Parts: sequence; C-alpha cells; structure tokens
Amino acid sequence: MTLREADGARILALSGRVDTMAAAALWTKLMAEARKPGPPLVLDLAEVEAVDTTGATLLLTAQGATEGARIEGASPGVVAVLDRVRDALAAPRPKTVPYRFSPLSGVGRRVVNALRNAVDWLAFLGEVLVVALGTLIRPWRLRGRELLRHLDEAGTRAFGLATLLGALLGVILAFQSAIPLRQFGAEIFVPSLVGISLLRELGPLMAGVVLAGRTGSAYAAELGTMSVNEEVAALRIMGIDPMALLVLPRVLAGMLVMPVLSLVLTLAGLAGMALIMRILGFQMTTVAQQLINFVSLKDLLGGLFKAAVFGLAIAIIGCRAGLGAGRGPRAVGDAATAAVVGGIVAIVLLDGAFAVLFERLGL
Amino acid sequence: MSETQRLPEKTKPVFGPPVITATDLTARFGTNTLFRHVSFEVKRGEVFVILGGSGCGKSTLLKLMIGLVPPAEGKVDILDTDIWATEGAARLDLLKRIGVMWQQGAMFGSQTLLENVEMPLAEHTTLPAEARREVARAKLGLVGLSAAADQLPSEISGGMLKRAGIARALALDPPILFLDEPSAGLDPITSAGLDALIRDLSRSLGTTFVVVTHELASILAIGDRCIMLDKEAKGMIAEGDPRELRDHGTHPTVRAFFLREAL
Repeated sequence: MTLREADGARILALSGRVDTMAAAALWTKLMAEARKPGPPLVLDLAEVEAVDTTGATLLLTAQGATEGARIEGASPGVVAVLDRVRDALAAPRPKTVPYRFSPLSGVGRRVVNALRNAVDWLAFLGEVLVVALGTLIRPWRLRGRELLRHLDEAGTRAFGLATLLGALLGVILAFQSAIPLRQFGAEIFVPSLVGISLLRELGPLMAGVVLAGRTGSAYAAELGTMSVNEEVAALRIMGIDPMALLVLPRVLAGMLVMPVLSLVLTLAGLAGMALIMRILGFQMTTVAQQLINFVSLKDLLGGLFKAAVFGLAIAIIGCRAGLGAGRGPRAVGDAATAAVVGGIVAIVLLDGAFAVLFERLGL
Repeated sequence: MSETQRLPEKTKPVFGPPVITATDLTARFGTNTLFRHVSFEVKRGEVFVILGGSGCGKSTLLKLMIGLVPPAEGKVDILDTDIWATEGAARLDLLKRIGVMWQQGAMFGSQTLLENVEMPLAEHTTLPAEARREVARAKLGLVGLSAAADQLPSEISGGMLKRAGIARALALDPPILFLDEPSAGLDPITSAGLDALIRDLSRSLGTTFVVVTHELASILAIGDRCIMLDKEAKGMIAEGDPRELRDHGTHPTVRAFFLREAL
C-alpha cells in the first residue's frame, strides 16, 4: 500500500491480492486513512491481481467512508467482484428496534403469559383426564406394548440406581442419627427413626427425584423432538389422538412404576441401615423387632400412595413440557429442563400438601 | 460393474489445473459397499456436480472428500494435499480453504445469521470487530439475506437457511465450496436464484464448486462437468458435460435419469 498526492487527490495504490488475510492486515490502516480529512481519496487498483469478497468489502467500505472517494484502474475481474459486493452491501438492512424500558407493560405481559399458561395447563389436564376416562370405557385404545416399554424404561432400568441411592441413604441416615442418639443411650431407636423417615418421606421423595431426572426429562426430550419434527401434528391429521397414543402410556407407566421404585429404594435403605446397626453391634432380630414395633402398614401404604401421585405428576409435567416444546434446536433442551425442574418442584410441593393432609386426617 | 462412460471433454480453457483429485475411492459401511473405484478430477473454477439417485452414496462421497468419513480404499487430494494424511496445523490450514454448505444449513440455533457468518472470521482472521460485522453483512447480502441478518435460524424458512449456509461457507472466501443438495426442497424460483448465485460466484470469484444434487434443472443450469453414481453398479457410471450426457448418454440409467423416465 503506497500513498501519494497528485492533482488535488490522495492516491492510495494497492498491489497484489486483496484477499481475506490481506484485508485483515490492512483494514485498520486503510480505514484510518480513508477517514482523514483532506483531498478526496482515490483507490488505485491497477496493480491489484485479484480481490475476494472480504477484500472488496474493505475497498468499498473505505470508499464509502469519505465524500467523493473513488476506485480506479481495476481489472474486469476485480470490477465484477466489486460490483457484486457493492450490490450486496447496498441491500436494505434490518431495522434496529430501539430498546424501550417499560416495566409496567413487562409486568402486564408476564401476568398475561402466566394466565395463558395456566389455561393451557388446565386444558392439558382436562385432555389427559378425558382420555384416561375414555380408555376405561374403551380399554383397547391403550397400547399394551407401549405401556410395557415405558414400564421397562422408567421402572426396571431404574432399579439399579434406586437400590444404590437407597442403600447409601440408609447408611448415611443410620450413621448420622446414631451419633446424637448415642449420647442419650438411645441408639436402639435408630431403626425406627430411619424406617419411618424412609417409608413415609424419603423413599417416595428420592424415587421421585430419580424418576424426574431419568424419565421426566426423557419424556420431554422424546415428545419435544416429535413435536419439532411435526410427528405429533401428523398423528392428529391421521385422526390418531396423540394423548391416547403418546401421553397415556407414559403417564400410566409413571404412576405404576413409582410405588415399586419407592419400595425398592426403601428396602435398600433399610438394608443399608441394618448393615450399620450390625457394625454398631446390634443383633438383626433386635433391629427387626424395633421396626415392627414402630413402623406400621399405614406408613408403608401412605408412602406408596404418595409415590404414585408423585409419579403421575412427574409424568404429566414431562409430557406437557415435551408437547409444548417450541421451535429450534434449543426447544428440546428447554423442554427437558422444564420437565426436571417442574417435576422436582411439584413433588416437594405435593409432599408438603400430603404432610398437612395426613396430619389432619390423623394418618 | 458396468463401464463408466466418459464423454470427451469440451474445451473450456477457463478452467485451471485440478484442485481435487479423487483416486480409486471406495466407501463401505460394515459389509455394505456403497461404491467402489471412483476416480475423478475437479478443475479450478468449474462447477462440478455429483449426481445420482437416492441412496447411491452422493452425500457419502462428499463426506469422504471433506475428510469427515474415512474412505475404505483410495485417497482424496485437495489443493495437492491428501486430506486423510494431514494432521494438526496443516489440516486446519486446508480446512480454512474449503467451505461446506450442509443439507439443512446447519446454522447454529443460538446465534443470529450475522453472528453465524462472523464466527469463522473471528476464529481465523485478525479483522477488527467492526470489519467482521461489515464483511458478514456483505456475505449475507451476496445470498440476498441482508434483511434477515438479525434473525435466528429458527425464524427463517428452509430456503433461506440454505442460502445462509452458503453465506457462512463463503465467510473466509475459500477457493473450493462443497454444497450438499442446495436446491432440494426449494421452490423453483428460489432454486433458480440459488443456481444463479452459484454461477455468478464461480464466474466472478473463480470459486470451484462441488455440488451434490439430483435436481435435473439445477444440474443442467449450473454443471460444467458431472459424474453420476449408481446404486446398482455400486460406482460411477458416467462422467462429462451434463448436457452432453443428456443428449448422448448410452447407459440406460443415465438416459432414464436425464429423460426423467422410470427404469
């Protein structure tokens, strides 16, 4: 790049290939030169062999930066590229909408969206209920094979994880409660403490976390992908109710599998607790006797009932997140996140509600 | 395997020396051979079309050429470099000199079109930010997408996505561009616009295009030379100027393809 002044103009002569790499090296210098006040700028391209589109963008941007600047001496090949890029740069650009800070309408929009969402939710729950009741009348609508597949995926394949979590939970609870209870010589009550917490609370809750993480997210991702690929729309158009085909088996599987998962987790927890009691020097019969004395069938059934409700909630939330997935590659990820977060929040809220309910009912 | 029909090359002095040389390429998935002994050359500045019916291995051949799928046998030289024998910086250097437009555009969903096109520029050049934006706008302008620069890929149509894919492939002005099914699924007007763009870029920038397609109109409009793969023959059955093949092709599949007849 050389610069000289002649005939009342600044002549900037370039040579060689003005390609992307050359443009990157030249850009700042050339633009600074172009923006300098002074006589009009002439870009002399007589020695330029070739330009690519990036090089052409640089030359045209430099030309556009000052009044009266012009490009001279370009070979026909270079002119062809310059013309193409000039048209490209001249095309209308998107209008930038200025950001307006408007907290009131923001709040309003949120409220309206929340209400709309609530209405959608209500409609979805209604649809699930109608399909479920309809299936009671016409049970052949429920596809047994689908149900079995979901029972296997949500249930049997989660047994390993549930066992591991349960056992570790039992061990930790037994250890932690043994330390303060020992101060009062009350270590013998560890089995009853751990037993009641596992059966009534922790078993269903932890199984719910497992189900939300493993299955709720899978439901959302699978149905979300189907929605994005328009498979759900295709089902509707073929006159097949996606609620009956896709949602019902999943919801049913979630509801049926949760009590079993909770039971597996609880039993593994009790085994873990028994192991710790054995290490602390208690006889197995003593541990068993303690459990029988303090834990009733009511605790077990209450826990399993809660688990079934948790399973229902997690499956419905997962399916709704999937079917409501938006467009674009992030939609499926967002749906999976919504399913897991929604599922976990729902089971904690339901657990709170059950605590109050059971207390009032004296259960 | 039937003999490959090679029509005499029409003299087109504009084309330079070969930039891609494929030698004896064979693609195999497990025990299933897709094609074998495919050899051809692509010359600088030409629009080279790979054509054939569905499932004949067109897209796989493209993936072999850009170094995404290893060939079972044979080799590919791009700009005198064996793409499967280079590693590290040399491979990166080679990759910077090719651009690929994917079948569905493959634009990154979390970024606007402008950011998508800016990405290779930010990664591989020292252009200042303001310059990158201007250059990216120019590339989008070249494919007629200036007005959609600030939109996300999920907000635009399939045809626009393909054009955006070309804009991103053009980001570094590579001498070779690979296009996978550029006109599949597009309306005739958009498709013709894309063909015109390919021709213009090839003429004004001297870019070499390797285009995989089975759109007859597009092949005849843009192709300087083509090869045809066939599923039954498991290889190449014809090579030459597509218009010549249409008029003088002898292989029954070639004739059926160009005359749109059922076999």
